[in-house]
Amino acid sequence: MNGGSMDFLLWVRGTGFNIAMVVLIVGVLVRLIEILALGRKADLAPRRSDGKGSGWRTIFTRSIPPPGMLKASPVTYIAGYIFHLGLFIVVFLFVPHILLIKDLLGISWPGLPSALVDAVTVITLITMVAVLANRLTDPVKRFLSGFEDYLVWALTALPLLTGYLAFNHLTPDYTFMLALHILSVQLLLVALPFTKLMHAITFVLARWYTGDIFGRKGVAS
Amino acid sequence: MSSGKTLGEVLRDQGVSRRGFLKFCTAMASMMALPPGSVAAVAAALEKARRPSVIWLSFQECTGCTESLTRSHTPTLEGLILGQVSLDYHHTLQAASGTAAEHARMQAMKENHGKYLVVVDGSLPLGNPGYSTIAGISNVEMLKETVEGAAAVIAVGSCAAFGGIPMAQPNPTGAVSVSQIVKDRPVVNVPGCPPIPVVITGVLAHFLTFGGLPELDELGRPLAFYGDTIHDRCYRRPFYDQGLFAESFDDEGARKGWCLFKVGCKGPVTHNACATTKWNDGTSFPIESGHGCLGCSEPNFWDAGSFYKPLSAPTGTINQVAAGAALGGVAAGAAVAWHNRKIRGEARAKHEPVTLDDLEKSS
Repeated sequence: MNGGSMDFLLWVRGTGFNIAMVVLIVGVLVRLIEILALGRKADLAPRRSDGKGSGWRTIFTRSIPPPGMLKASPVTYIAGYIFHLGLFIVVFLFVPHILLIKDLLGISWPGLPSALVDAVTVITLITMVAVLANRLTDPVKRFLSGFEDYLVWALTALPLLTGYLAFNHLTPDYTFMLALHILSVQLLLVALPFTKLMHAITFVLARWYTGDIFGRKGVAS
Repeated sequence: MSSGKTLGEVLRDQGVSRRGFLKFCTAMASMMALPPGSVAAVAAALEKARRPSVIWLSFQECTGCTESLTRSHTPTLEGLILGQVSLDYHHTLQAASGTAAEHARMQAMKENHGKYLVVVDGSLPLGNPGYSTIAGISNVEMLKETVEGAAAVIAVGSCAAFGGIPMAQPNPTGAVSVSQIVKDRPVVNVPGCPPIPVVITGVLAHFLTFGGLPELDELGRPLAFYGDTIHDRCYRRPFYDQGLFAESFDDEGARKGWCLFKVGCKGPVTHNACATTKWNDGTSFPIESGHGCLGCSEPNFWDAGSFYKPLSAPTGTINQVAAGAALGGVAAGAAVAWHNRKIRGEARAKHEPVTLDDLEKSS
């Protein structure tokens, strides 16, 4: 019996999920080992200042805009904050998502009411549209943008859009939309190690590295 | 056998009051999502309808569907057999046995050629015909032979509709659904494990009223009964929307009747009428009894992972796959790192420092 939407849902919850996880795990490990194995040249110069801990501090301090930058690029910062925070709330504080993590890792935490997550989804989506509009209208950003930037935007927006449509039953076939939502997340996970999305993991390493180097040179932020 | 009397005549003979009859028509019209004004039309059609001959075939099944039918309350099973339809062949319910039973089937087929209904519960084994036989006839052979003169086929239960439990991996008998065999007759799927009795009788009533089959969804299920999901009509839905969930079957939330999503309820993707028609004369339905929906009226629910896993979790266990991927990732990462170091080493080996002479030459 061809179950249509239900077969699709069972595939994404079964085979599709396994494929996505394998690609994600292999991809992230390859990228991380590749980066870490590059190593660092020995710094022969003595430390300029007591920059110990600068690397760890920078992981957090780089989340705050440098002086004047908020005024110079308001859309980048404000929309960037809202979008990243919104994404965090939607991904990690929506009960069905927590249940997925609990099933995989055995850990869980309290979630937010679905209606609140739903509202955050809308705000996040609107912000993503603003970010895209800014990218398209700002001549410098437009010049610097390539195919990958638009692909990454689409891969991030699709799970939000399909999740919103599924949760609110805005399409006739909920099962199909739920399956499409899970598939869109899987596409995001598959692309993560091989695109700029990898920053979700490497931002910690990169900031620590930068902070540590700056600390050594006496210009710790 | 199907008599020449109309349904109205048969019911009057049995002492069914006009009021009782109209009550049944109202219930049927309501279930079929028809407007209130259509009750009179339903009554008029049913009054004149002749009882159709029904041949009920049971193949690879557990008799749960027949058990469900015997709990029918609108109409009752007796009312259904004696009143609305002429149930001419049904292993569990018929008095005849052996050759006499098969003779009854043949006679019903001959006398009502082109007009009788075939109801099937159970899936059909395509492997060794000996997996399931009746009177020495294989299930597939009996189905093909019986539907040849049928007006329509009603696949009752998830086994007949979608293959059901016999089809569960690794499907040892090669079980298939009715619609995979019957291609030249209209087939209505009435899935459920078991299906709701009033849904079975509702489909029969529709056939009697309109002389045809109800509107179906893409899986061949009557939209009137399978148009909404359990989640859409669930009385626990407000708790889902508020984010109030039972964490286990015996916790505070469960006692307060909170949503069962976390303990594996498949209501959001299950299309059926349990939440509205309920069971046992409208007493309750599984979720009202404290258990999540299994999704039994959906294809492949038997292979969809644990009944107690939330819908958002993967159907299988990923631990081994993840461990394998991690090992593979480390190995691949090491290989890439080694390759990069080799390239860097080669570049260093080939590197020739620029001397002052070189610079002077180029200038």
